[in-house]
Amino acid sequence: MESPVDIQDLEIRLLLETMLHRYGYDFRNYTHASLKRRLLQCLAVCNITHISEAIPKIIHDRAFLDQLIYAMSVTVTECFRDPPFYRLLRERVIPLLATYPFINIWHAGCATGEEVYSMAILLQEEGLYNRVRIFATDINGKSLHQAKEGIYTIQNMEEYAQNYQESGGKASLPNYYHSKYDLARMHSSLKENIIFAAHNLATDNVFSETHLVMCRNVLIYFDQTLKNRALRLFDESLVHGGFLCLGTKESLSFSEISDRFTPVSQDLRIFQKKRGIR
Amino acid sequence: MKSPHQRRAIVIGCSAGGLQALRTLLPELPPTYPLPILVVQHIPANSTGLHTTLLNHFCQLPILEANDKDPIRPGWVHFAPAGYHLLVEPNETIALSIDPKVNHSRPSIDLLFESAADVYQKGLIGVLLTGASQDGAQGLLKILHRGGITLVQDPKTAEAPLMPRFAIAIGAATKTLSLKEIGHTLKQLGADTRE
Repeated sequence: MESPVDIQDLEIRLLLETMLHRYGYDFRNYTHASLKRRLLQCLAVCNITHISEAIPKIIHDRAFLDQLIYAMSVTVTECFRDPPFYRLLRERVIPLLATYPFINIWHAGCATGEEVYSMAILLQEEGLYNRVRIFATDINGKSLHQAKEGIYTIQNMEEYAQNYQESGGKASLPNYYHSKYDLARMHSSLKENIIFAAHNLATDNVFSETHLVMCRNVLIYFDQTLKNRALRLFDESLVHGGFLCLGTKESLSFSEISDRFTPVSQDLRIFQKKRGIR
Repeated sequence: MKSPHQRRAIVIGCSAGGLQALRTLLPELPPTYPLPILVVQHIPANSTGLHTTLLNHFCQLPILEANDKDPIRPGWVHFAPAGYHLLVEPNETIALSIDPKVNHSRPSIDLLFESAADVYQKGLIGVLLTGASQDGAQGLLKILHRGGITLVQDPKTAEAPLMPRFAIAIGAATKTLSLKEIGHTLKQLGADTRE
């Protein structure tokens, strides 16, 4: 016996297979509930009633695929999200990073870039920015473009100013952007050492050795299999003694790499890769 | 007719006045309670989880703020953390999300109810308590459509009657009860499940 729910799940499976085989985008290991909701929302906007009706459109219409990918992978972010996290980064992690002559940072799943600029500001204030390279990656081309532009609404920036102060900021957030009408453009000096690039945690591999990996509130959208894949990449990329920063409700427990890291702060989810492991 | 063994989980939603309502409702349940409970209470994004610490003092069941991918355990009360939606995955684990607010809320009651209805179907019991919001009504309706049971706090007994009233108005309530009666009903449904 079939229920309507089973049909919808079947349609989603077929749609995801289509995206994979036609274009190589693999969303099969994203968490089910969020993906389904985003998919249904996106299709409703396009006046598509049944999910399976989207399949021929995906096959023949690249612009439609891009729209779908945007809907399925966009994430909400903010500058200095979780101020206590940034405070700890500044007080405990940055002094250790400062001992390296050159520092590579990988910001995986950077979305529209607010947290990348937060990191750049922090590094500037701590005098490290001139020997840092930040790789800011995301699967979502449209988000990545917005991140590269670094233009946000003044209204949002004013809300972030409080985060910045609480995180131990040494100046004032408006020092780091130019305002025009209701928009804020991040200073170009912040962009100098950031490389924005497309990278898919589901299918791509490690591209560089890094000293710190930021991946916050991305793994919540992955199932355990895909989460493990992403964590393996981070482990592979990090030097011994390097740092891994996750979202405050994400954990390393039950993951394959949990015994290769020790917590700097369990509450704020900052971990350090052990030295002397293979 | 629904046979007792079909009961699989309870979802609870509340907003304004929720802490007091939960303090009345949750202590009713015995330490051997066999069903998992998932709760969305509207709280500000910068809350520190004090409400779960507080409720732990009054309840016989373990109360915890959910982490992403936590397994959903029988007899445990999983609370949505501040600033995150709480959803149920088909493998009966918790998935958190930072998707935009729904009904001006993150966590949103509708999102929990709808995802849980997909997973537990007629095995789900939905409970909507006091609140000054319209969140939860649509989710409760979906639980009903999937064959689950929906219990709504009697608006006359609610600190903020809007939320239960709205759910009743759209026909989402199987029963309208006082907090004590909801507690008693949940206890009974739990006892039936264990047999």
